Amino acid sequence: MEHIVIIGNGIAGVTAARHIRKNSDKKITIISTETDYFFSRTALMYVYMGHMKFEHTQPYENWFWKKNRINLVKGYVSKVDHANNTLVLSEGTNVAYDKLIIAVGSKPNKFGWPGQDLNGVQGLYHRQDLEQLEQNAPNNKVCKRAVIVGGGLIGIELAEMLVTRNIPVTFLVRETSFWNGVLPKGESQMINEHILEHHIDLRLATNLVEIIADENGRAKAVTTDKGDTIECNVVGLTAGVSPNVDFLKDSGIELGRGVKVNRFLETNIPGVYAIGDCAEQHEAIGNRRPIEAVWYTGRMMGEALAQTICGTKTPYNPGHWFNSAKFLDIEYQTYGWVFSERNMKETEQHFHWRHPNENLCITIAFCHKTKKFLGINTFGIRMRHEIFDRWLTEERDVDYVIAYLKDANFDPEFYGQYEEEIIASYNSEMNTSITPKKKSWKRIFAKA
Amino acid sequence: MSTYDNNMALTGEPPKALNTGQKLATLLGMSGLGILVLNLFNLEFPNSGLWLSISLVAIFIGVVWFAKAAYGHKSKGIKNDGVWFKSMSSRGILAWIAGIALTGFYIVLYFYPEYLGLVKGGDNTGVIALFDPLSKLLSGNPASQWFVYGALYTVAILAFGIKFIWKYRHNTYEIVRTISVMFFQTAFAFIIPEIMARLNGDLPYYDLKNMWPLNYYNFERYRINSFIDAGDVGMAMLVFGIASIFIISPILTYKFGKRWYCSWVCGCGGLAETAGDAFRQLSDKSKSAWKIERWVVHSVVVFVTLMTTAVIYSYLGNDTSKYWLTKSTFLIGVGTLLTAVFAWVMIYKRQELQKDARYGAIGYFVIIMALIGFHFFSGEGNVFIFKSESLRKTYSFLIGSIFSGVIGTGFYPILGNRVWCRFGCPMAAILGFQQRLFSKFRITTNGGQCISCGNCSTYCEMGIDVRAYAQKGENIVRSSCVGCGICSAVCPRGVLKLENGPLEGRINPTEVLLGNDVDLMDLVNKK
Repeated sequence: MEHIVIIGNGIAGVTAARHIRKNSDKKITIISTETDYFFSRTALMYVYMGHMKFEHTQPYENWFWKKNRINLVKGYVSKVDHANNTLVLSEGTNVAYDKLIIAVGSKPNKFGWPGQDLNGVQGLYHRQDLEQLEQNAPNNKVCKRAVIVGGGLIGIELAEMLVTRNIPVTFLVRETSFWNGVLPKGESQMINEHILEHHIDLRLATNLVEIIADENGRAKAVTTDKGDTIECNVVGLTAGVSPNVDFLKDSGIELGRGVKVNRFLETNIPGVYAIGDCAEQHEAIGNRRPIEAVWYTGRMMGEALAQTICGTKTPYNPGHWFNSAKFLDIEYQTYGWVFSERNMKETEQHFHWRHPNENLCITIAFCHKTKKFLGINTFGIRMRHEIFDRWLTEERDVDYVIAYLKDANFDPEFYGQYEEEIIASYNSEMNTSITPKKKSWKRIFAKA
Repeated sequence: MSTYDNNMALTGEPPKALNTGQKLATLLGMSGLGILVLNLFNLEFPNSGLWLSISLVAIFIGVVWFAKAAYGHKSKGIKNDGVWFKSMSSRGILAWIAGIALTGFYIVLYFYPEYLGLVKGGDNTGVIALFDPLSKLLSGNPASQWFVYGALYTVAILAFGIKFIWKYRHNTYEIVRTISVMFFQTAFAFIIPEIMARLNGDLPYYDLKNMWPLNYYNFERYRINSFIDAGDVGMAMLVFGIASIFIISPILTYKFGKRWYCSWVCGCGGLAETAGDAFRQLSDKSKSAWKIERWVVHSVVVFVTLMTTAVIYSYLGNDTSKYWLTKSTFLIGVGTLLTAVFAWVMIYKRQELQKDARYGAIGYFVIIMALIGFHFFSGEGNVFIFKSESLRKTYSFLIGSIFSGVIGTGFYPILGNRVWCRFGCPMAAILGFQQRLFSKFRITTNGGQCISCGNCSTYCEMGIDVRAYAQKGENIVRSSCVGCGICSAVCPRGVLKLENGPLEGRINPTEVLLGNDVDLMDLVNKK
């Protein structure tokens, strides 16, 4: 029986394993050093905040693995010997494989800051980071202030976590406005304001210079390029992640920043594949980045690769881009492509609407010549994935999207509806006279 | 498996510590409760009306003040910080104390009301006497233990309802739903029956929103007699009682799911959603709990059906010339109705039932039919093989008292706030059966947006593993879902929406989720 070995028990590896099991009787082994069982990485924050216990972040009950004959091994793979189809674990045991899937995820970035390896300095990615945070910042007596370096999704999550324990947080963001490499300025501005509403000391356009140690080798302060020294007990490094592939350096598997793969997620070595955060496409797919460190793409790669492994050769060919996040109290969803001013193409035009006093806004991107709808960012208003996916496939123009916006609303029942205001605002800005169409179940559930 | 839990044992730290406002509010509420406890010991308070008012107002203001101190200064949004650190909400020592105290209260209430001060044929003493002025104000009669319970129950739903609304003030669905349960409890369960008793002393106590089989006693002889004796109003109430279960509830459940009852109207649900909200995360989500749930709750349905049939049977006559409904026609009628429902499900909805649900349905059907057949062959006397009176007593003791009260509410802090609704309530099971097979209601999963975080499952009071569906991109169509909407509220990515839509495509199992290769989706999902 063919033995499929998967390194890494995150969403990519586990999805691949589940789908291989569905389609075959192959022997499946998952090796991880992080945890005994698969858990949702995106939910780690809720454990620190007390919303959930760690066991709640595990999507499958513990009997699931044995029942589905997925063999779990706790161990650290120190070496891949592809010539002999063998993995060497750090404690010296060997694991033989017929096909190998590398799904080892990422690690937090460190950019060579002085003091970046001191005690009290940490990232937030692994289960172990959570345990470390519980040691470093159990309360506001042990941690009188925390400084977070890096204004992305993990940075704002870490800030939200610490605030629940009344720990004062200073948030250093390199950009002039929060996450404005990704978000258009109106949205980025709303999040800036929301961060301040939560009493987080947001410092924009500010870089970390150095982390200063106390006499015990623990972080006690940071200095910034604005000349400030900020006393703190914990420094969170959240300036992005990069593939966790150091153990593959001399393996002969081709690496860039991550494990280089083609569209079939194959590496340069036959029978060795890479998926999830650690995979790097030779060429980016569409507007996507060569390395996509996103939950959803990890899952999609797992779904695609399982087909290939089970005999139906299937490329990784993702559909329309979508993503989501939550910034403190504000939910964010995106469908299609909306670029920030920094990255947008010259043909891209935006329509932006923001509620006068609630934390709600949307940005719709379209081609200013053809009026083709390109994508939407929505903050504080939930939208239907299926509807936007369909509109993107049908290449609808922006006027159509605006007129039928009610079909896309996914907010809970009885919520305030803002389509009328959005459409009125669009009409006055674009000199159109679009009237909103009533929500139609027939359209919503029509098969595309 | 976690090694760092030790750190969490430190006391007095946010987010689990109470702030000053919360502490003072607790003190006020507890002193209101203290007045009631003092009365237990027959310290005769002069001017009981005044002291009762002070006590209830103190409890009410204590809870509302606590809510303000907890949520008032925070921006609107999800307020679950520290839920699993707090002793009360994570089965800590406080939870056990509260659970034992509540359980003790229910045991006294159901079985030893004399300790609360109930005196039959004389003036009440103790806590019950304290409530006499209020009872006399409403119905003109002295209070009973049930009046005391009803009054405290209503105060709890109102005060904790305000707390719940404060907590979810960003969520209009939760606000509207909570106002609804507060209204139905105050008006239908508490005030209207008392006033009806004042206006027409012949009417049995009737909470109109409480339908069979939840009020399993509704068709007992004494009630039927008093309905009939009360003339047109009584007959209207009797007809309404029958229509509630056979006509009104199926229509509403078809349109809105069983939530119209369980989390908008029902008193048990009302208490669970308000006073019990702090315990919703304690429900067991394991697959084995689900299996136990299905067997237990459906057994209760069979039990209540048998019991009610037996009770009605016992007081019907044999002579068709006196009254058209005789013992035999009634039994044949019950058998026909059950056969019709069973046949409809087996013919049209069989593929929607899980394997063991199918076996269960067949098993139960065979039992009931066998009993009816057995009856006709074994002649007069008992109904089936039981004495109807002992069936009724057993049901009222085991299900009506022990399950719904002592375990259902007493164990809130240990087993979660919907134990009764999930494992015991025959009404919920019947509505759930309709919801699963014949309703427009579902929780829609938003394409491929789920990140498997587990908030939805954790905060599902009915113990549904919501995530198991959401992470497959599949809608949640479960008979036990009461539509409280909290899974949708706590979802950080906007994945879940409660809605009533077309029947087609309501149940939509998928393997590969939206967002991936369309060819791959076609290949895998259409297999």
